[in-house]
Amino acid sequence: MTPELETLPIWVSLPVTLLLLLGSAIILIGALGLVRLPHFFQRIHGPAITITLGTGSILIASMIYFSALQSRLVIHEVLITAFVMLTAPVVAMLIMRTAVYRDLRARDRGQDDSTEDDEATNEVYPFSTKK
Amino acid sequence: MTALLSLAINITLLSIILAMLLCTIRLLLGPTAQDRVLALDTLWMCAMLLALTLGIRFGSVVYFEAAMLIALTGFVSTIALTKFLMRGEVIE
Repeated sequence: MTPELETLPIWVSLPVTLLLLLGSAIILIGALGLVRLPHFFQRIHGPAITITLGTGSILIASMIYFSALQSRLVIHEVLITAFVMLTAPVVAMLIMRTAVYRDLRARDRGQDDSTEDDEATNEVYPFSTKK
Repeated sequence: MTALLSLAINITLLSIILAMLLCTIRLLLGPTAQDRVLALDTLWMCAMLLALTLGIRFGSVVYFEAAMLIALTGFVSTIALTKFLMRGEVIE
């Protein structure tokens, strides 16, 4: 560990500790949601909490820590915050549009052959409308 | 208080690595292609957070630039992958 860590006052190390623990818990919850949730349109909610809340808390912890470590205001982590907050909705919306397009295309392709496995098709493609 | 802070930093590193392992599981066994793209995007974000936490751990500002680069590259690669999945080609 770095030797400057002993010189940190308690009003710096306490919020940094709490924010790091909060961020790690939120990141773990998001990854668990990505693995455990049953459907794709439910699974996309898991990484959203990682990207917004987990990234935000760890970036705020980093800002507080480096500002105390260098005895001046270090806020260049705001760049990452702004970039992530700008691009996260764009990425989520593009992935969702891709999923909807691919589901519709798979439904159009699946209408040619017989509809004997309707249950499995409806499980994978939620936009398939059974006749 | 210092021991508590270093313990919290180590816990954060371990949980981010565990989250990356879970994302790798979803990346390997995801049933559709968009699941894999979503897992890869989450993996990029977790790598960025890992670089930031390593910067806190070693007290160095150099890791910030690595995190910035990882965030930029992850965004561009995810956009390209979704465009490819949606249209079949990246640049039309």
